[in-house]
Amino acid sequence: MHELSVTQSLLDLALEQAALHDAQKITRMDVVVGRLQGLVEDSVRFYFEILADETPAQGAEVRIEMLPAMASCRECDSQFELEEMNWVCPNCGARTLEIISGRELYLKSIEVD
Amino acid sequence: MEIKVLTNIHKANDDIADRSRALLDSNGVFCLNVMASPGAGKTTLLLAMIRRLREKFRLGVIEGDVSSTVDSEKIAKEGIPVLQINTGGGCHLDANQLSGAYPEMPLADLDLLFIENVGNLICTAGYQLGEHKRIVIASVPEGDDKPYKYPNMFTVVDAIVVSKTDLIPYMNYSLEEFTRAVRAINPSVPIFPVSATTEEGMEAWCDWLEKESAR
Repeated sequence: MHELSVTQSLLDLALEQAALHDAQKITRMDVVVGRLQGLVEDSVRFYFEILADETPAQGAEVRIEMLPAMASCRECDSQFELEEMNWVCPNCGARTLEIISGRELYLKSIEVD
Repeated sequence: MEIKVLTNIHKANDDIADRSRALLDSNGVFCLNVMASPGAGKTTLLLAMIRRLREKFRLGVIEGDVSSTVDSEKIAKEGIPVLQINTGGGCHLDANQLSGAYPEMPLADLDLLFIENVGNLICTAGYQLGEHKRIVIASVPEGDDKPYKYPNMFTVVDAIVVSKTDLIPYMNYSLEEFTRAVRAINPSVPIFPVSATTEEGMEAWCDWLEKESAR
């Protein structure tokens, strides 16, 4: 739902970094997104095309690396991927989980000319 | 040439939020960010809190809505400072909007400032506003399985208020089941069942808030 503002922040961050390095053009952006962010990839690309128009990032390739939502069990310490609506430890059946990844949302790197 | 960035996309937002928090701190204002889905009873809970806390604290409210001033008018009737932010379609408040709103409030004359966020259980969880504590209200009619569906929200908050508990006898809802769902992903967060209508649970909830604001 908030893809527009996320994409704007992403673009702002990339343009800021490109300017810092005196780069004229951004050709690629590598973004890391955890599943729990619920970010829709297609929407990010759609907004990016519109927002990046006539900026040094116009036409840049947007690579999105999706990270799985991982949890660990507080009872038996096993780690596993969280499937939707399945908040039970597959090893011991306990319902006491700790989310250990899946909330990531960052710009990893940019490729510039 | 590749440039390593490794920066959180919300960094710009969070930096502004940090500056706002410093502004609130310098004025001795404790700020609470109230999040919930549309219709969970955010405004009703705030009104009940205002009636209970107004003798002891100087209160203010910032109302976030997609459009209209319906909520801020209700708050204004109580005679406390209120500011309306209309996001014009935006699904959450962000730190930038709030950084413009705080200086419009009489901060030097406030003890507690409540922010009523836009009704939304997804986007609002990702944006710090400069608040000191964040809560989510989960109303009884929404069902007891919400924590499973919105795990991000239920793990980023400092407290959970279960509202409209006077409706439990009429709904297929189990407070025990809701608590179990919360505990599955967030073992330590305090849960306060309240009814703004009967006032049941309001005292415990307001006591928590009072203690947190004194820290």
